[in-house]
Amino acid sequence: MSMNKDRLPGARVDTSSPVSFFFDGKPYRGYAGDTLASALLANGVRVLGRGFKLHRPRGLMAAGKEEPNALVQLEEGAFTEPNVRATLQPLYQGLRARGQNAWPSVGFDLFGILGLFKPLFPASFYYKTMMWPSWHWYEWAVRRLAGLGKAPRERDPQHYHRQNLHCDLLIVGAGPAGLAATLQAAPSGKRIVLIDEQEEPGGSLLAERESIDGKPAIEWVSATLATLASHANVQILRRTTVTGYYDHDVLAAVERVTTHMGPSAPAHLPRERWWRIRARQVVLATGAMERPLVFPCNDRPGVMLASAVRHYLNRYGVAAGRRTAVFTCNDSAYLTAIDLAERGFSVAAVVDTREGGAGELGDRVRALGIPVHAGHRVLGTRGRKGLRSVRIAPHAGGSESSIACDVLAVSGGWSPVVHLFSQSGGSLRFDETLQAFVPGMSVQQVRAAGAAAGLLDLRGALNGGAEAAVSALHAMGIDAASALAQPAVSVPAAKALEPFWFTPGVPPEYQWLDFQYDVTVADIALAARENFVSVEHVKRYTTNGMSVDQGKTSNVNALAVLADRTSRAIPEVGTTRFRPPYHPVTLGTIAGRGIGDRYAPRLESPIHERHLELGAEMDDYGGWQRPACYLKPGEDEHQATRREMHAVRNGLALFDGSPLGKIEVRGPDAAEFLERVYINSIRNLAPGRARYGLMLNELGIVIDDGVLVRLADDHFLVHTTSGGAGRIFLMLEEWLQCEWTTLRVRCTNVTTQWATVTLSGRGARDLLAPMIQGIDFSRDAFPHMHFRTGSFGGAPVRVLRASFTGEGSYEISVPANRGLALWDAVYAAGEARGIAAFGLEALLMLRVEKGYLHVGADTDGTTNPLDLGWGPVIAKKQSDFIGRRSLSQPEAVREGRFRFCGIEPLDPSKALPIGAHVLDSLPDGRRRSGGYVTSSCFSPTLGCWIGLGIVRDGPDRDGETVTVAGNGIEMQARLRGTVYLDPEGERLHA
Amino acid sequence: MVTPLPVTRTHSALQLLKHAIGGHRNWPQYWRSPEPKAAYDVVIIGGGGHGLATAYYLASKHGIRNVALLEKGWLGGGNTGRNTTIVRSNYFYPQSTDLYDHSLRLYEGLSHELNINLMLSQMGILTLANSRHDVEMLQRWSNAIQVQGIACEWLEPEQVQAEVPALDVFGMRYPVKGAFMQRRGGTARHDAVAWGYARGASQLGVDIIQNCEVTGFDISDNRVRAVHTSRGTIRTDKVGIAVAGHSTVLAEKAGFTLPLSSMTLQAYVSEPVKPALDRVINSPMVHAYISQSDRGEMVMGAGADAYYSYGQRGNLPTLEDGVRSILEMFPRFSRLKMMRQWGGVVDISPDTSPIIGKTPVTGMYLNCGWGTGGFKAIPAGGDLLAATIANDKPHPLAEPFCLDRFRTGRLVDEGAAAGVSH
Amino acid sequence: MLQIDCPWCGRRDEDEFNCGGQSHIQRPGLDCSDAEWGDYLFARINPKGVSLERWRHTHGCRQWFNLARDTVSHRILAVYGMTDPVPALPEARS
Repeated sequence: MSMNKDRLPGARVDTSSPVSFFFDGKPYRGYAGDTLASALLANGVRVLGRGFKLHRPRGLMAAGKEEPNALVQLEEGAFTEPNVRATLQPLYQGLRARGQNAWPSVGFDLFGILGLFKPLFPASFYYKTMMWPSWHWYEWAVRRLAGLGKAPRERDPQHYHRQNLHCDLLIVGAGPAGLAATLQAAPSGKRIVLIDEQEEPGGSLLAERESIDGKPAIEWVSATLATLASHANVQILRRTTVTGYYDHDVLAAVERVTTHMGPSAPAHLPRERWWRIRARQVVLATGAMERPLVFPCNDRPGVMLASAVRHYLNRYGVAAGRRTAVFTCNDSAYLTAIDLAERGFSVAAVVDTREGGAGELGDRVRALGIPVHAGHRVLGTRGRKGLRSVRIAPHAGGSESSIACDVLAVSGGWSPVVHLFSQSGGSLRFDETLQAFVPGMSVQQVRAAGAAAGLLDLRGALNGGAEAAVSALHAMGIDAASALAQPAVSVPAAKALEPFWFTPGVPPEYQWLDFQYDVTVADIALAARENFVSVEHVKRYTTNGMSVDQGKTSNVNALAVLADRTSRAIPEVGTTRFRPPYHPVTLGTIAGRGIGDRYAPRLESPIHERHLELGAEMDDYGGWQRPACYLKPGEDEHQATRREMHAVRNGLALFDGSPLGKIEVRGPDAAEFLERVYINSIRNLAPGRARYGLMLNELGIVIDDGVLVRLADDHFLVHTTSGGAGRIFLMLEEWLQCEWTTLRVRCTNVTTQWATVTLSGRGARDLLAPMIQGIDFSRDAFPHMHFRTGSFGGAPVRVLRASFTGEGSYEISVPANRGLALWDAVYAAGEARGIAAFGLEALLMLRVEKGYLHVGADTDGTTNPLDLGWGPVIAKKQSDFIGRRSLSQPEAVREGRFRFCGIEPLDPSKALPIGAHVLDSLPDGRRRSGGYVTSSCFSPTLGCWIGLGIVRDGPDRDGETVTVAGNGIEMQARLRGTVYLDPEGERLHA
Repeated sequence: MVTPLPVTRTHSALQLLKHAIGGHRNWPQYWRSPEPKAAYDVVIIGGGGHGLATAYYLASKHGIRNVALLEKGWLGGGNTGRNTTIVRSNYFYPQSTDLYDHSLRLYEGLSHELNINLMLSQMGILTLANSRHDVEMLQRWSNAIQVQGIACEWLEPEQVQAEVPALDVFGMRYPVKGAFMQRRGGTARHDAVAWGYARGASQLGVDIIQNCEVTGFDISDNRVRAVHTSRGTIRTDKVGIAVAGHSTVLAEKAGFTLPLSSMTLQAYVSEPVKPALDRVINSPMVHAYISQSDRGEMVMGAGADAYYSYGQRGNLPTLEDGVRSILEMFPRFSRLKMMRQWGGVVDISPDTSPIIGKTPVTGMYLNCGWGTGGFKAIPAGGDLLAATIANDKPHPLAEPFCLDRFRTGRLVDEGAAAGVSH
Repeated sequence: MLQIDCPWCGRRDEDEFNCGGQSHIQRPGLDCSDAEWGDYLFARINPKGVSLERWRHTHGCRQWFNLARDTVSHRILAVYGMTDPVPALPEARS
């Protein structure tokens, strides 16, 4: 069956540009300017979806984002997108769409059999059954029956963009109210942004046959846009939906940049753009949405919103059916009968629930020869996959009659789109005339205009828009403006809407409220019966309004039913709070470009490229890309690491220490400040000397360690752990700015200003001496834990003798841009002597041999310095430091704390798993963790496995044999001291 | 302790069939809505999961049935109805695992005990390691769980991929280097938990009073005598407080302070799609978690909006970061659409562990500080608070979680222990 | 999304800042009691209403300053320096 081979004159589609597309595998033709919905309607496709629970056939109901039924799976493969509203998807050449949640297709769905069991599926039936023997037995099947479309199984081939926008006045919606507001505000010169979600501005004027100043309204739209184009301060964003109104007048919007082009969109363009908008003032001209009427079998394909029927007719030149009946409780739907009849389409009747019928429009309908049944209701619909007739009867009782029709255009009144206003924190008020919620008090810089404010007619829209702009300008201190005189429009005298929320006297089981989640009047009644009477409870119990349309067509009707069933007025029942987003937002759009490689920065040392050339296996260490080891041909990581460890202990070895944190602390009070920061004494440190120290937080927990250097009386260089520099720097600043505000100290994080190359091993000093000027490298002139400055090829150089491997080492720092030159010079000079580069893994194992602490690995968030054996050092210090008071809390000094010690396997050939626990036995025989192995490695130097840990009273249990379990292994180990190699430190001073 | 009182079993497939024939016109109320009486043996403040569970266990396990439960809004309307419904007991410290596994075990029997299908879905929860450091920390953590006698498996990256085909194990900025998995972890229907406890409590005699805000307390000689409410004064000498993010507000009315920060934790769901994710996934490194509900929605969450808030609404940056993290793990979900975003007020304690037990006021007991993890603890939180109230001394499992630890320094700092966030 | 008026840089988005929690907490000396020290570390007003709190413009000037902010409406009532006294506040609207 195919209707509308050609469109009606005046349609806003280009009939000279046919567009072919596929639905459920079948080819169809539409025109440029169509939506998928309008094209399917024109092709006579009636069943576009299936209900969530019962799989009843569903057809097109609306023309906008409130569409509950026509959700399709768009495209296939990587470009696929589930739950696309056919009403919002512009048609493009070759578009492929499929119906969802049905098998084999929405047209013929075997799951439709579920409809026969409807009595078994009342609201929340699942809470009452499927418990025996357990939910697990049923869940698999239920999960597969649930869900709508299918998630893509491939990476998204398209990308997204984020853009920021600041404006003085944001106007949301380019219908008559939004355009009037923009026109009013444009001359102010303020930065104005008008956002509209449709393919072209005009809003309802695109779909209604209104006239302005005696001419078709669309001409006024064109003239207005032309005027606005001459104002450089006005920006119009099309295809853009404002989805969220957040605190401080920040709004988020989604611009659909290429969704109207489909997969063939140019690859350089983002699919969608996420706008973060900061507005000084906001006007919401978001219009209103029509509500469906609720009557038996109102979900039949062919039952459509009256405004949607007009929309398809007037905008796309498509009549929704051959013979239309109208069912309404207000005057606006009469326009549908008039528009159809005047275009020559058959209108069977207008059924009006009001005894008195309509005002002026009623007369026009009668003049067209259309019968009007006032005081009537619809008792049922017939037709299997499409409407064939409706049954009506007077309220008062009396004879039923049947009206043959294939479309029933319904209107239950209008609900202003108050979503954004509510999100902004504004209150809502129930308007008795409209029988809808309208904006009340606003708490942010926002006001609604036109239909969004409850002024449903065109005059109200134009005047309201202008007045809202005046109010917004006034709030910005522009007082001169008064509202412009608006063009003449004619508004027919109307009779008041009389609410008709559901159809009494007939079974409620088949009166649908929420078409997506299959919620009926009976479900609300059941909820009320079971004492779910709070609106939030009813929403959750029945799932009304919880599906993808978030209740756009169902919320007010459901509220009214609830009010009826609980004998309350609608305002007493209240409404649920609107939450973002107003319309679902693609996750990729929210994430923008900050995914994949851009998820987090990769910090690279200035020597990075050389590591790669040397075969480095790179990995992420606290954000830094560092060599784990350098692989020689045929080696795996373990072999390479052992080779490197051997090289460090026995020859010349080179390490890139550039990520080591470096913070300069300067000022007359620098020593005093650091005295308060470190747990050890700082004041007595002489210039040119270095000292290892610990830092705590106020809880007394060790947060960082490192070597501190005194460059001058008032100048220190604080070394932090790699990756800890940013955190420690901010902490130092916080203490200076917030607590010790009188100290004259400045901190600078210079970590990335300096590249650091660490050279260790016999002959290191001989190698460096000719390369670096101004430093006496002789053993006595430059001992361990001393610091010197000199120059390297004209650049300043800083050399520190400190070590994390236990070998005598020189940490040589040069300005970052000379790092590579330094590395190359050292490497070249050492090559003849077999110099080896070593990576992080070797470093971290070498320090285990020495029992050096690795903060963050050997400590956890409970480790204090007493646990590390620093009690005597602290005792020597008189003054306060960060965290000191916590060290005398009962918890800090109790017995049984996990303390730092060595732990070695009884069988030295067996690996102690890192993360294995030392087991304590409880009196009842159960086992508990008594600490854990924090570091473990095979020592090639010692030829055995060694480890470190934090163990309950570990240092007091020297020599004790313990059971260690973890990673599926259980073994015996011995507690011991932490130092495995060179306890005297002779190698350090070599 | 008395034998637990049973809930009347009005829910079953047979009942459903019977009522279907009767047009579902004769279902009983889930709970009664009586007018408050002048006095009760115990008053529980807070009609969320913890408060309702407390009332239920007072009646069922301790025979204390002259109980009022006061809720200022609607039952389950706070964090109980706003969370991501995850249940698990994969904690680090024995005190925590004892507590949370007690809770999980109660959950495992709860559908039958309360005669309501809580849709406890023990689909398994994976905690991802995304760096070498993570691997060490998470193995330590995983071993800790096993030492406690709780099943937990370590998975290598290939095994992670097999468990979660949708996860981009190898392509991430922080590739997955392993994971531990608690198969007993999963999700449950949050509303059903609240309603099930309410139904059970009400049947056993508890008066559930909604729309009843506590405005103050009558305290003399440091002992609570009555509760002032928007629906009149109620005499009682025992008050249990379980109001999560609003604990500070009530404590202030009772004259003591708490070490809590109230912040907004956001959650968001996608539109429903057919099954694409059959496990709960949590990554401490990218700090986000996701599961797919039985309805088909992807349920997602991440970090809290990091400032004090009672606003019950989140802001943009936290959402954007959270979604970025989700897509970092699941790039293929990029074209799914976020359908709903909301926020709950969570009460975060300094060590992110709960506070359960006595307060400085005699007769007043507290259950708070669950922060971002309260839902999984509802059965235990209720059970322990009920026992503490009934016996006027802390339940042994609750002892480590006393208020006093913030003066002795004996914290139970899960985040700190694991080297990763909670 | 909070728009915060940094005293040095002007109005910026909240994601450039970090909240450091309650401001005006006095750090006790070493001779304080365990209870006093515990309260200093942990006791917080956590107000439902006006909160006096310190913020850092982390991704900007890196300076700390104080905000008076309503924790329900999220309205910012005052911005003042770290060492400034608490200014007179307009009536909070919760």
